[in-house]
Amino acid sequence: MEHGSSIEINTEWDIVAARQLGRNEAKETGFGTVDQARITTAISELARNIYLYAGKGVIKIEPVRAGQRAGLIITASDEGPGITDLQKVMEDGFTTSGGLGAGMPGVKRLMDDFRVETEVGIGTTITATKWLH
Amino acid sequence: MKMRIPILKLKDTLIVSIQVELDDQTALQFQEDLLDQLHKTSARGVVIDLTPIDFIDSFIAKVLGDVIHMTSLMGAKVVITGIQPSVAITLIELGIRLENVKTALDLENGLEKLTRELEA
Repeated sequence: MEHGSSIEINTEWDIVAARQLGRNEAKETGFGTVDQARITTAISELARNIYLYAGKGVIKIEPVRAGQRAGLIITASDEGPGITDLQKVMEDGFTTSGGLGAGMPGVKRLMDDFRVETEVGIGTTITATKWLH
Repeated sequence: MKMRIPILKLKDTLIVSIQVELDDQTALQFQEDLLDQLHKTSARGVVIDLTPIDFIDSFIAKVLGDVIHMTSLMGAKVVITGIQPSVAITLIELGIRLENVKTALDLENGLEKLTRELEA
């Protein structure tokens, strides 16, 4: 059942492709309609952040299993500028794009686990997991 | 790849049913088309039905919010209808508040609401 897939983000159209892929994976994993919407929306935001801030990157969507739990891991990675002030980025309402993205706190609320690794000048990797309940 | 969202006119109201997943370009094109139609037809109200839409991200929300404000700048009123439970939940969790937006459960209720708004 390890069927995960990944998609390169280079253009606006890739954002649409990434969320369609995410919706399909979420459906296949057995998520209900609300969680499907959460996952699709989170992917859309993460893909848009890559497009806006790094220009290009990759979204990976993989099923996970941990003991009795099953879920979906979304990994968004880029080799962009990195995040200078992570604490600020995680505050509600903080934006450097004039309000285009809902920001990271929103994505964090949509998902169950959320981790950011970032280094200025090297890039950013965000890992977000949703578990089946 | 560009799609156009059809805009229907019924008396002095424009009716839009968004039935496809909106990509950025289609959303922006819709914004322009709707304002254009308002100008051409002198419609006084707009109902935008979102029943088939199963998720709205921050970009689409921003375009929708903008189009509502632009429409009111032009002197017309907008009612949004058919927001699904999953869409309502994800919008709020995402932290997006479509403030001062008139909404109704479905198209029928939306048209009634709009008529009352226009008479007020």
